[in-house]
Amino acid sequence: MDDFIVRALLAGLLVVLMAGPLGCVVVWRRMAYFGDALAHSALLGTSLALLFHINPLLGVFFIGTVISYLLMKLQKKRDLSSDSILGILAHGALAAGLVMMAMMQAQGQRIDLMGYLFGDILSVSWNYLIWLSIVCAGVLAITAWLWQSILAVAVHEELARSEGVKVDRVRLVFMLLMAVVVALAMKIVGIILITALLIVPAASARRFSSSPEVMAIVAMVFGLLSVVAGMFASMQWDTPAGPSIVLASVLMFFISRMSPLKSY
Amino acid sequence: MSSYLIKADNVGLEINQRQILDDISLTISAGEILTLVGPNGSGKTTLVRVLLGLVGIDKGALQKKEGLVIGYMPQKLHIDSVLPMSVMRFLKMGIQATQTEIKKMSTNLGVEKLLDQAIQSVSGGEFQRVLLTRALLRKPDLLVLDEPAQGVDINGQQQLYQLISKIRDDYGCGVLMVSHDLHLVMEATDQVLCLNTHICCTGHPEAVSKHPEYLKLFGSSLDGMAVYTHNHNHTHDLSGGVVENKECEGCEHHHG
Repeated sequence: MDDFIVRALLAGLLVVLMAGPLGCVVVWRRMAYFGDALAHSALLGTSLALLFHINPLLGVFFIGTVISYLLMKLQKKRDLSSDSILGILAHGALAAGLVMMAMMQAQGQRIDLMGYLFGDILSVSWNYLIWLSIVCAGVLAITAWLWQSILAVAVHEELARSEGVKVDRVRLVFMLLMAVVVALAMKIVGIILITALLIVPAASARRFSSSPEVMAIVAMVFGLLSVVAGMFASMQWDTPAGPSIVLASVLMFFISRMSPLKSY
Repeated sequence: MSSYLIKADNVGLEINQRQILDDISLTISAGEILTLVGPNGSGKTTLVRVLLGLVGIDKGALQKKEGLVIGYMPQKLHIDSVLPMSVMRFLKMGIQATQTEIKKMSTNLGVEKLLDQAIQSVSGGEFQRVLLTRALLRKPDLLVLDEPAQGVDINGQQQLYQLISKIRDDYGCGVLMVSHDLHLVMEATDQVLCLNTHICCTGHPEAVSKHPEYLKLFGSSLDGMAVYTHNHNHTHDLSGGVVENKECEGCEHHHG
């Protein structure tokens, strides 16, 4: 097997390991729209990073943090629903990102817009992989460490708060973890399909899970299977890697629905 | 001097230029049951949230016994069916209790048969008792129950109220309960507090047996329930403003 395919495969596997448990929480807390908003803002983060010559991942993480912060502030006002606020932030950031990219292109900078939108998993370098593994270990460790609190907040925020869970801190950390995963997943499946990587494996896992922890692990397994199947299909039929991974994941979802197992 | 669990002094709260709570003072001591009644939108739930420390206050002061553990039972708790969770797992979540303790408490509250079931599959009345079990597993000094009897039929309410007063007797904890009914409250209540932004009146409920109209309505045995007679010297107009009662003028001359 070619070297670049091994790297791509490893990168994909590392990202879905993080996306599994976080995706479950996204599904439980109905935050799919938030994932979308983060993903859409990633383009703005990337263009800012290109403008200031910093690492694109840092740019994406920074803008993700700003979006999360704005969301929390605007939600406190309670005069607009969360999905409207997210729609405004998401599309505002996406539009700003597209405008900036176009301006930079007009100035002669070479930008691979398609790569950002649809992923560029085959261009993963060993250097990127090393960083990815370190961050992945960190994200998984923090998720495991905060798991009980994250779960309590997902069940009932006020109950959790009354029982001494630092709800605001947990929410903030969770949003930052999401921003990290989105920044890293961008390279794998692209901005447009990031949310799928979070919610589809989690949704497929529901059928086979009797507890939140089992669901998180089964979601990881579904993610891993999707990456392997998607990459295989991509090589076999010369299809784009990112969309193939998502498509494999969605197919698995429908197959999981056909399973005769009764939902717990 | 006194062994209060929680004490509010002249607490006031305004949200969006609307007075939600005004000059509320109350004390709950260990082993005491306080029932909060009041019309919809009177600030009952907000007051509970203030006492739980979930919302801040604008005026007054709130004192809590040091290390106060509160067992809170929220009014509504919907767990989406996309979250796989057994009753056991729900009880364990974030609570320092052993398997044996959980089994024992569940047996006390009659929910031991539900432990392996999915939390979404238990009925409303059962779920109330699961929530109560969870609150008690925290070994609380103060139990806060937000409309525990809402949506439960009169017999269920009776059983629930008896259970709560037994819990008070067994564990000696203080109880703050919000009642959805303005008049029919828990018999074991030590103090009823009627709230409508400010405290309208306070008092002690009377046995149902003293009220023939309730007896006629519900039959002879309504153990655990009591009637609270409001004693207001004012009414509220449609916008919530206070109107002094006309009938009250010259009350001193009226002998009854």
